[in-house]
This record gives sequence, structure tokens and C-alpha cells, in this order.
Amino acid sequence: MVDDALNELGALIEVKQMDVVVGWEVAFGELTVTVRPEALIGFVEFLKTDRGCRLSTLVDITAVDYPEREARFDVVYHFLSMYQNHRIRVKAAVEEREMVPSIVTVYPAANWFEREIFDMFGIIFKGHPDLRRILTDYGFRGHPLRKDFPTTGFTEVRYDEVEKRVVYEPVSLVQEYRQFDFMSPWEGAEYVLPGDEKADGAKG
Amino acid sequence: MMDGSKGFQDAETGEQQIRNFNINFGPQHPAAHGVLRLVLELDGEIVERCDPHIGLLHRGTEKLMESRTYLQNLPYFDRLDYVGTMNQEHAWCLVIEKLCGVEVPRRASLIRVLYSEIGRILNHLLNVTTQAMDVGALTPPLWGFEEREKLMIFYERASGARLHAAYFRPGGVHQDLPPKLIDDIEAWCHEFPAVLDDIDGLLTENRVFKQRNVDIGVITEEEILDWGYSGVMVRGSGFAWDLRRSQPYECYDEFDFKVCIGKNGDCYDRYLVRMAEMRESVKIMLQAIEKLRAPEGQGDVLARGKLTPPKRADMKTSMEALIHHFKLYTEGFHVPAGEVYCAVEAPKGEFGVYLVSDGTNKPYRAKLRAPGYLHLQSMDHVASGHQLADVAAIIGTMDIVFGEVDR
Repeated sequence: MVDDALNELGALIEVKQMDVVVGWEVAFGELTVTVRPEALIGFVEFLKTDRGCRLSTLVDITAVDYPEREARFDVVYHFLSMYQNHRIRVKAAVEEREMVPSIVTVYPAANWFEREIFDMFGIIFKGHPDLRRILTDYGFRGHPLRKDFPTTGFTEVRYDEVEKRVVYEPVSLVQEYRQFDFMSPWEGAEYVLPGDEKADGAKG
Repeated sequence: MMDGSKGFQDAETGEQQIRNFNINFGPQHPAAHGVLRLVLELDGEIVERCDPHIGLLHRGTEKLMESRTYLQNLPYFDRLDYVGTMNQEHAWCLVIEKLCGVEVPRRASLIRVLYSEIGRILNHLLNVTTQAMDVGALTPPLWGFEEREKLMIFYERASGARLHAAYFRPGGVHQDLPPKLIDDIEAWCHEFPAVLDDIDGLLTENRVFKQRNVDIGVITEEEILDWGYSGVMVRGSGFAWDLRRSQPYECYDEFDFKVCIGKNGDCYDRYLVRMAEMRESVKIMLQAIEKLRAPEGQGDVLARGKLTPPKRADMKTSMEALIHHFKLYTEGFHVPAGEVYCAVEAPKGEFGVYLVSDGTNKPYRAKLRAPGYLHLQSMDHVASGHQLADVAAIIGTMDIVFGEVDR
């Protein structure tokens, strides 16, 4: 029943915004609309003002990193209608050097979300009034939530008793950062168990 | 104008030119509720601009979650909003259950409701009383914390931990509640309204408290939508929006409770809404206790299957159960590929989790949507034009905890 309403909404959005929408689907009771990033502002304005959508509130903006894709990032928007009581997810795939239009003019709440994405992924939002880092340290380098950024980071911080100030040093781990491989060998692991190579050799 | 900016130029020297005063509010100010650094630009005592610097408590939770299994990630949620911890765990469990399509047993569902409401009272007690302290009252926190202490003992008796409970698990709750605990919670529910009346008597008609809160930080319907507010920030302005009612999750749809709303949207109304919500939470808790005692409320508290461990007794006799237990706590369970967003009405507002799964035992990406993040970002908008002293009152009723803002 809920899915029907969402299917209707998805179809409505596609019909009205033919040139922007790339595709839409309903999965797990949630509507996801994929759009072209260039026309985002107009599309978001439509979502906010259209009587059928009335997506009054911006719930969240985030990004997902897929390093193996050409359009590396997915910028994901979540909207909520407090009047029609439905939610929708909008996705736009962007390349690493591509700028995304900022939607701060439509939803002021986007301000910090876009700053956070800039901080964490290094995606630049065109037209953002104040695109500074937000969560990381003053003077931080790199974009932590990219998949190629190590969980340990590159620098560590301590208070130096001799110099009487906080010093930054390259990370030195006493123990190697542990990444366990839990793939069971018979579920398509990418390595050959010691001893197994002989079995394959015997066959061939 | 007293600042010499207009008119008055004949006898002006360099020293007489008054410029706006910038001050740092925090990061170690007691009214900053944690590690907030506000850079305030003041014109006399009026706030002209307010720039919150956050991230001093940033621990990279989202990054850490990407290299841990789903179950190992659960305790991180306690450390977000560390005031009402189980409500956050709830969102994580819901998101996993939605993706896996797991049905939670009824008893577990009721226990979750019961403890979510305890979390709500824990949070509101802390918020109401410390906000009162920010505006000058010293007694309410002492009274409120006594009740918080009792509630945290209920947390401890259920999970073993007073704050970082890790009690809600994907597929249910970790362990069943003993009958004596349910009796004690019920007894507390009957005593608590009297304590609320006491706090009410201290604050509601208190002259100083009203002077500091009435007409301060007024929020209109339009601002709610612009700034993406949720929770009490919305209800304080007379907008009856509560996820427990409008998009029911768990078994909230069978509970009888009122959505409390304010009228003016100022700090005082938000205080009143929180007080009223605590009374409603007690009602929900009593209903949950009644349902827990009913025959339908009996049974297992975990959906036995891939997501949850086998029973202890089975592990003594069954090899498969033992292997399952070992694999569950080392490798963890695999969640089917897909993406979902689940939100709960946490005490502070809509707490949501956006999970992208790639079918392995670790989340590919998990985004935590904290209500306090949006509330704090509008600080410049709300506080501008107010007095410096009002900043403390506004931060207080926005209900900001840095664990969830900085993540």
C-alpha cells in the first residue's frame, strides 16, 4: 500500500521533471530518484514547491565513495514532507573534479551538510556561501571518508612536555592496524589456501 | 546610536571609534553543554553574529564503522548522544532489521519501547534541569539527577551498564528482563509524577526562569522547515509532528499517548513540552509493562536466526549452535546489499541512520543523522539579535549534546 503511493510519486516526479530524472525505483519501502547533478537546484525547488511532493524538510545530505566508478561519488539527499508524510531519497553521481550546485538557497539547512561533505569527501559545492572544513581539526589535510584514506589517518597529536605545546607527528603504530579477513575459503575467497595450489596443479 | 557609527563625528578620535567585540564562548564554558566553541560578535550586549566551531569531539565514528562488523558497530551508537543511549541503538537495529527483513519478537519490541521511553525521560530530565541551571537555578539539577540515577540503575539491571548499554541488538534485545525489575520500574512510574510536580513547582511559575525563557529564541513554522528541525524544536512551536505517531516504528502504534505541543515556540514552551512529554512517557511505560505481563508479551527476546546468537543451552549440546556462535562473534552476519534510511524519534529529535550495504559483514557506508547538528547550525539565525545571556538559554533548549553533533 505504501509502495503504491511511492510508485505514484516516483512516476509523477519523472513525468514532471523528464529532463533531470535519470531513473527511479522503490526498494525496501523507500523511493530513490536518481538525477543529473547539473540541474539539481531547479529539481529541488520543484520538490519543495510542487503540490504533490511538498517535501518541506531537508533531512540529510551525505555522500558515498565508490573509487572504482568513473563518477566516483554519489551525493545523496533525503527529504521529508511533514504535510504529506512521505520521504524521498535523491541521488546524483558526480566525478571527483565535478562541482555540485549548492542548495543552500532553497534549504538553508543544507549549509552544514555541504560543509561536512566538503570536509569528508572533498566535493566542492558551487555557490555555497561559506565552504570551510567543519568537523576535522583546524589545518587538517585530506578527506577522511574517502575509501583511500586510511582509518588511522596520517598524523597524530600529542602534548610535548619539552616544547610546551601540542605537536603533530606522522602516525607510528606500535602494532599493525588489524584487518581481519573473515571470508570463508569456500565462499569465493580471492586467495589460495596453503596446500591447495597443489590440488589445482594436479587437476590441470 | 551609542557606538559612534552614525552622526557624532566632530570630536571623534581613533580611540573613540568603537568596534564590535568578538568573544569566544567555550569550548570550556559550563553552559556550552560540552565542547562547543562559539565565536560571538557582540554589539554591546547584543549578539550580531554567531559562528559555532564544532568538531572538537569528532572521533570519526562513520569512518570507524566502515571497518567493523555490524554488531561491533552497535556500541558506537551509545557514544553519540550519551544522555539517552538506547534510542540511538534502536535506529541502528531498525536499519539492519529492515535490510535483512527480520521480524522482532513481541516481547523484545515491548522492552525496546519501555527502554526508549526511559531514555527519553533520562534525556529530558537532564535537559530541563541543566537548562534551568544555565539560567540561574541550582536546585533542579540536584532533584533531576536523583531520578536519573534511579533510571540508570534500571539500565544497569537490564544490560549491565549505566550509560553505554549495548542492549538493543539486531533481532531483539540482549537479555530478558527479570520480573522483579519490571515491578520496580512500575513502582518508579508511580512515584515519578510527584517528583515532576516538584520540579514543576520550582520552575514553571518561577519569575526569574520565566524572565530568562519567555519570548527567547522564538521559532516559527517557516523556520522549522528551513532549518530542518525535529523533535521538541518542532513541537514547541505548535506543530504536532512526532515520528512515533506519524511514521510509527516498533509497536508504538498500539500505545495511547498524546503528542505534546507548545504555542509560542520560545524557550519556555520547549521547556513545557519536555515536561509534558515526560508525563506521556511514563504513561507509555506503564502500558508497556502491562503488555509485558500479558500472555502475548511472553516469549523469546531475540529473533533466533543468523543475526542472533543461539541459546546457551543449545551450545552445550549442539555443534552447529557452537559454530554459529563462534562465527557470529568473529565474522558477524552478512547484510544483503541495498540502501535504507531509518529514523527514530530520539529525545532530541529525528535520529536517522542511512546505511549502504554491499552484502558483506561490514557496512559500506553508514551516515548518522543527528538532530542536534541541524539545531546547532541555525544558532546564528536564532541567536542573532538576542542578548549574550540568552545564548546560554537557547543552547540549553536546543538540546545539544556534542557526542552526536561531532560524531
